[in-house]
Amino acid sequence: MRPRPWHLAAVAALTLAGGLTLLHAAAGQATQTVVVTMHHSRFQPEVVRVAPGTTVRFLLRNTDPIDHEFILGDDAVQRRHEQGRQREHHGEVPGEVSVAAGGQAATTYTFPRGGPASLQFACHLPGHYAYGMRGVAVVSSG
Amino acid sequence: MARRGIVGLLALLVVVVLGAAPALACGGLVGPGGTVQLARTTTLASYHQGVEHYLTSFTYSGGGAKFGSIVPLPGVPTDVRKGGEWTLQRLIRETQPQLEAAAAPVAFAADARSKAEVLLTARVDALDITVLRGGGKAVGDWARERGFGLSVDAPAVLDFYAARSPIFMAASFDARTASARGQRLGDGTPIQLTIPTADAWVPLRILGLGHQPSDAIQADLYLLTDRRPALLPEPAAAGQPGVALERSQPASELLLADLRADKGMSWVPASGMWLSYLRIDTTAGRLFHDLAVDTSGRGSPSPVAAGLVDPTEPLRPLPAPTPPAGGPAPVWPWLAAALAGATIATVVALRARARAS
Repeated sequence: MRPRPWHLAAVAALTLAGGLTLLHAAAGQATQTVVVTMHHSRFQPEVVRVAPGTTVRFLLRNTDPIDHEFILGDDAVQRRHEQGRQREHHGEVPGEVSVAAGGQAATTYTFPRGGPASLQFACHLPGHYAYGMRGVAVVSSG
Repeated sequence: MARRGIVGLLALLVVVVLGAAPALACGGLVGPGGTVQLARTTTLASYHQGVEHYLTSFTYSGGGAKFGSIVPLPGVPTDVRKGGEWTLQRLIRETQPQLEAAAAPVAFAADARSKAEVLLTARVDALDITVLRGGGKAVGDWARERGFGLSVDAPAVLDFYAARSPIFMAASFDARTASARGQRLGDGTPIQLTIPTADAWVPLRILGLGHQPSDAIQADLYLLTDRRPALLPEPAAAGQPGVALERSQPASELLLADLRADKGMSWVPASGMWLSYLRIDTTAGRLFHDLAVDTSGRGSPSPVAAGLVDPTEPLRPLPAPTPPAGGPAPVWPWLAAALAGATIATVVALRARARAS
């Protein structure tokens, strides 16, 4: 049977819509950059809002004359680093990186869908966490 | 006009050192873990005819480590030398039945240069003294590059002082050298600085550097001025906690004569000076200010000098963070749906027309 014009048009429309939907999905997974400044041993901003499923590249800028670090994770991660001995983070672990005095560094982290509603980021160099060098990443689609 | 005022000085601060623990300066000592040992030390800040004379002591407390202190200053010293042997002790005897005494800090004006400039160096016994000009970060960088360990609050504290005075004194103490020189535990090295300045204030906040807010801070501060000073914040009454004015009286001629007789103290006039003794007994969290001193007779010590008012504009705006994840509402689904709908509508219309024909 010879295909009718509207059949071809319908197929073309569906193909186009599907393609656009795939493009949208791809765009939704693009890495977004959030700049976090470390100044006077504080994070600025202290609260970051992130949509579930988003991959975020955290660009850390340390304006202080002392070293800092950025550790993103849940309470267990924070406890482990606060009590642990590891003091250098070279970025192999997503969400964990050391930032030298006056320097900058970056780390990328994907916030999973269905994950915790919030994660903490903090610096665990001696005395820094107790001083208040911590912040929160709120995971919300709202 | 130059404020006749006072005094200033003391201060101390500190930062320090990696490696260990054992010695301390007249302010505080910050170890690698951020722990601090603070000794109650004595400091004299005197202002006479527009020149400040600052006398404090660095005490050797043993061990083999190297440590340092950073002291904010109200101006550039014209002279740094070993201080007299008994001045501080004589002041203590004049005002307190027993000994022990205090320490504190100082500073003035802002400097945005990226690297600290070394203005003066001096060696006094086991102490290497360096006078620096620079902003808080520049001075912090200088200290870090030379092995000083900076506590977590150092960036904010150094900026706090640099906003009013870009002059700092770094004192590096080599305990091994001290030991080799035969210095015994508890021996102090008095340092005297001569600082021409029209303004005066005594840094107190720096005493809390490296401490937890609840940590006790104790120090004794002596002011020797041309006339009775006005102070801000107004000190508490004698015997009260906080920064208390324990003594305020004309300096006796006997005291002045004794001070004059000490090494490097010939500048002390024979009479006409006012002696103030302040005892600091508070916590680091409450010591968020300095002490402004006005001996002009106007009775108007500066809130800026007291560290109660930021001398700079509102804090420079920090880099705005990139908008966090989420972003604007996506348009792709709507565009796709609209295109699909329009295409289907067109198809239906064509089909209807074909049937009609």
